[in-house]
Amino acid sequence: MGMTISEKIIAKSAGVDFVRPGEIVTCSVDIAMIHDSSGPRRQGPRLKELGLNVWDPSKVIVISDHYVPAVDKVSANILKVTREWVKEENIKNFYDLQGICHIVLPERGHLKPGLFCVGGDSHSPTGGAFGTFMIGVGATDMTAVLATGEIWVRVPETMQVHWTGKLNEFVTAKDMMLALCGRIGLLGADYMVCEFTGNTINNLSMDERMVLTNMTAEVGAKTGIIAPDKTTLEFLSSKNLKEINMELCSDKDANFASIEKFDANFLEPQVAAPHSPANSKNLSAFEGVNIDQAYIGACTGAKLEDLQMAAKILKGKSCSKNIRLLIAPSSTRITAAAAADGTLETLTEAGAVLLPSGCGACAGLGAGILSKEEVCISTTNRNFKGRMGDQDAEVYLASPYTVAATAITGKIVDPREVI
Amino acid sequence: MNTSLGQILNKGKAFVYGDDINTDVLAPGAYLKYSPEVMSKHCLESIDPDFVKKVKPGDIVVGGKNFGVGSSREQAAASLVILGVRYVVAKSFARIFYRNAFNLGLTPLICENYKKIRNQDILEINSKKGKINNLTQKCVYNTNSVPDHLLKIVNAGGLLAELKNKIESNSIKTLRFRKDN
Repeated sequence: MGMTISEKIIAKSAGVDFVRPGEIVTCSVDIAMIHDSSGPRRQGPRLKELGLNVWDPSKVIVISDHYVPAVDKVSANILKVTREWVKEENIKNFYDLQGICHIVLPERGHLKPGLFCVGGDSHSPTGGAFGTFMIGVGATDMTAVLATGEIWVRVPETMQVHWTGKLNEFVTAKDMMLALCGRIGLLGADYMVCEFTGNTINNLSMDERMVLTNMTAEVGAKTGIIAPDKTTLEFLSSKNLKEINMELCSDKDANFASIEKFDANFLEPQVAAPHSPANSKNLSAFEGVNIDQAYIGACTGAKLEDLQMAAKILKGKSCSKNIRLLIAPSSTRITAAAAADGTLETLTEAGAVLLPSGCGACAGLGAGILSKEEVCISTTNRNFKGRMGDQDAEVYLASPYTVAATAITGKIVDPREVI
Repeated sequence: MNTSLGQILNKGKAFVYGDDINTDVLAPGAYLKYSPEVMSKHCLESIDPDFVKKVKPGDIVVGGKNFGVGSSREQAAASLVILGVRYVVAKSFARIFYRNAFNLGLTPLICENYKKIRNQDILEINSKKGKINNLTQKCVYNTNSVPDHLLKIVNAGGLLAELKNKIESNSIKTLRFRKDN
């Protein structure tokens, strides 16, 4: 029997020819990515106590994105500790205030097909859009990775998420993932890899593919992955990456534990109601809900194409007086690109307020958090109780099109009705 | 309150919650920047403001499906450990929380009969035998057996303690020792 993409990468990293789901193997890590929140402030003292330096500074990437820019003494200190540790450990790949880790990693050319990577953040599966096997772990697991360059994994089963057909205009990858969350729930892909296949996926840009793998975290998956194709190759070539393994794919006789099939032709814009991404339904179920804040941000929802989607809706229009539209581009390079192509001008003319690049309000940090009983519609990936501020705030999740359209009317509205 | 990891804390009151107890509930984002000790004072406060006041070393948290869903923040597990909780019983656990728990010396036990446990029941746990003794209801529930490699981690007192043992026994080849040591 053949192997899936994920099984092939795990086998290679474990130094064996073959792995099967359920086996426990120890893998060597190609890249360990950590950020300011769960990173140096936690691992630094522990490594010191163990008497160790990181196993290989060239394989460690550090990104400050959670507490940027500092808003008080505590966050300023976390960033300082991060900078000092990076210097002490001689780590060259350090991105300070450059954007969110899951975006900066591929943007700066660190990911390619076949790598086995570990990230100190639950949305690390984002890297799977590039054919990388990338999993999220907590700070203690990461300490052991930084010490040894290895990690144990139980080989996961793979769920095939198969999309065929053409997405309608103003329907996006975010709608696809909310539909998956709504169908299979928060544990629907428990400990599995979601491998996305089908002609709908082939036609998606890299920005959109990243939404798919990013949000596999919301269905309990170990990670998500997409086989590299022409679109992947074009992106990686633009980053001057060489030796790209384009052969990487699941064997014809690979074993998929289950398959979820979707027809893109019939997908409507989706909205997830508070307090779970699994509360997703067709937007029409929530049409007219009053909104206080529209937020376009986070790793999953403020890439260049997300900002362009919002601009397409907001061009020549104004935000409702009853709402505030906050936009935190996912990285500083995205801000620069959106400034260059006129996207930022369109957004700010419509009344959007620009925020720094970082995890920000999505994780209840930084600017844009919510007060008691306020209602927000957001392009982010998670809407658990209390996540974006007060525990009595409510967050709806939707695509950049839908969030931008809602900013115009002040109520949840189908983007196709405002265009 | 002495709640060191070596101490046996396998008997206490059950605090019963529902499905999908997520990391924002266990470790609210607003306190992430502070120490795990400060964070622990806010554990579960959005669904049960009294939990932190009432919980005592040895008490046991009981959830439904997908306990610990959400972020990779290990303060979710660390908060419970700091409060003296050593066992969480649930129908299922989110994968990152499951790893974090063992790494920090908290044992997550999968139990099909979780629904029979009532709030404030007194439970006694024998994780080696895979048994939960409900002293209040006078009955015993089985738990799934804990994989050997995870038992080793939790018995060593967490992943770092296990790593320390491995370093001392010279069994890892990739280590770079600090020069200032």
